[in-house]
Amino acid sequence: MTKAVTDVVCPFCGTLCDDLEVTVSDDGKQILEVANACVIGTAKFMHSQAKDRLTRPRMRQEDGSWKEVSYEEAADYTAKILAGAKKPLMYGWSSTNCEAQSMGHEIAEMCGAVVDNTAAVCHGTTLIAVQDIGLPSCTLGEIKNRADRIIFWGCNPAHAHPRHMSRYSIFPRGFFTGKGQKSRKVVVVDPRLTDTARLADIHIQIEQGRDYELLNALRVALNNEWLPDVVAGVPKEKIREVADVLKSGRFGIIFFGMGVTQTLSKNHNIDEAIALTKHLNEFTKYSIMPMRGHYNVTGSGEVLAWQFGFPYSVDLSRGFARYNPGDTSTIDLLARGEVDAMLTIASDPGAHFPISCVKHLAKIPSVCIDPHQTPTSGVSKLHVPVAFVGIEVGGNAYRMDNVPIDTRKVVEPPEGMKTDEEFLTMVRDRVKKIKGVK
Amino acid sequence: MANKISLNLISGRTIQQGMCIETGKEKPTYRTACGIIEMDPSDLKKMGAWKNTNVRVTSEYGTVVVKAIETTQGPHPGVGFIPMGPWANSVVNPNTYSTGMPTFKGTPVTVEVAINEPILLGIELVQKQCGVKVG
Repeated sequence: MTKAVTDVVCPFCGTLCDDLEVTVSDDGKQILEVANACVIGTAKFMHSQAKDRLTRPRMRQEDGSWKEVSYEEAADYTAKILAGAKKPLMYGWSSTNCEAQSMGHEIAEMCGAVVDNTAAVCHGTTLIAVQDIGLPSCTLGEIKNRADRIIFWGCNPAHAHPRHMSRYSIFPRGFFTGKGQKSRKVVVVDPRLTDTARLADIHIQIEQGRDYELLNALRVALNNEWLPDVVAGVPKEKIREVADVLKSGRFGIIFFGMGVTQTLSKNHNIDEAIALTKHLNEFTKYSIMPMRGHYNVTGSGEVLAWQFGFPYSVDLSRGFARYNPGDTSTIDLLARGEVDAMLTIASDPGAHFPISCVKHLAKIPSVCIDPHQTPTSGVSKLHVPVAFVGIEVGGNAYRMDNVPIDTRKVVEPPEGMKTDEEFLTMVRDRVKKIKGVK
Repeated sequence: MANKISLNLISGRTIQQGMCIETGKEKPTYRTACGIIEMDPSDLKKMGAWKNTNVRVTSEYGTVVVKAIETTQGPHPGVGFIPMGPWANSVVNPNTYSTGMPTFKGTPVTVEVAINEPILLGIELVQKQCGVKVG
């Protein structure tokens, strides 16, 4: 007899869907089917069952080949390189639970490390903007039940957050949005006609990198002031039309993504998007929300912020927490060659950092803690495969709207495999010994 | 005749990229999903190449061989799209301008036909560029 596990939380994107149903074998060791998840979530659950999965740590040898080692040996090496480094970097944290993050921070404090999460290459500039001018936000539940104006700016949930639109933003029938999609007007701003844009009532095909100008022009249009004929490749008539649509709603939400955080004006784009939200609140009710990528990048920001006061790029090398993106941020530290050991966990900088930064990572002593084989494990000295959080071990995660949700354990990990938290605890105990901390 | 053309490069997620990062970055499917550049049909025509031709994408910061495919989310003339991953990151602008964030979107690149050059697998591409010895 198979067993159905209900209300399973999906550990892929920041939407953190909590309605999955997973069918497991009678002995609780194998996942047979996944229902309600998107294709990516399903792929993650099913891939955890792969027969060719690595189940033990492996160390790179002189000749470039891998040698299997025990978790104890792996923890010894990790503790040694972190405790012995002048400025170690502990990066990632976004695809693991808050418990493991907290354990990692204990190690970081003892070793004087820099702790950074994937916001560094994702919504880091959003966090800077929030510190600049604040963030009028809300929960996804409020959006489902109330929002009748949905703006997706520089984000493509059809590909990156596949169930976001059906659960919260475009299609669901909420308390005050009983007609679902018909209750809402959807505006998408993107330089491409994305699959999300195809679902929109209005697609603004903005000239790439001109987000600041268009956001500003919308604010001008809200005030009925003079506009040039074309702004960011968009005719002024269209800008005025969109401004009227935005104003006429009862409750609006601006979702934004990498299209604004990673283009040249970076945090200033977000400043202006938040200012537009504030401005719209003079006419009606508006909120704004970043489309967070990894399922627990928000949690990493939360845990860092309540423990050290800053949400990412936290430098503990002087014995107290410093935060100065551009100086204490991972990309800049790697580009300048300022770190001398690196622990990567629950993320893949090897694939997602500019190659010039990965080159430095490949030169220094490094550990990659990840269930998968990745470009990061491919250039690291030690690869520690661990259990999948949200599948083989539970733990806390934060949804993109800062709502904490406990993920669930669905199956047992392969025999003898450690979780992120267990492995980091082993490292923490060893670092304590090396540093003489009681 | 084949020409070298200039494009404005952006990168980002696709659902195929999402599936492949969860099903094994060591597999050729990852290359199929992300070792590509999505180009507008008008740009393919300007370059003088059929769709599904191997091309070399070069920027001030690096160079990489990917497959040029006809855009799936266009039209976007003048804009090239490589899904996020090691292929895109071989050419993106790493400058953060003191924000901590590389300029992943909006890198000026040239694209030219490279019909005989291979597209490397994801892990292999990174290892090769980093000079990692593989046993």
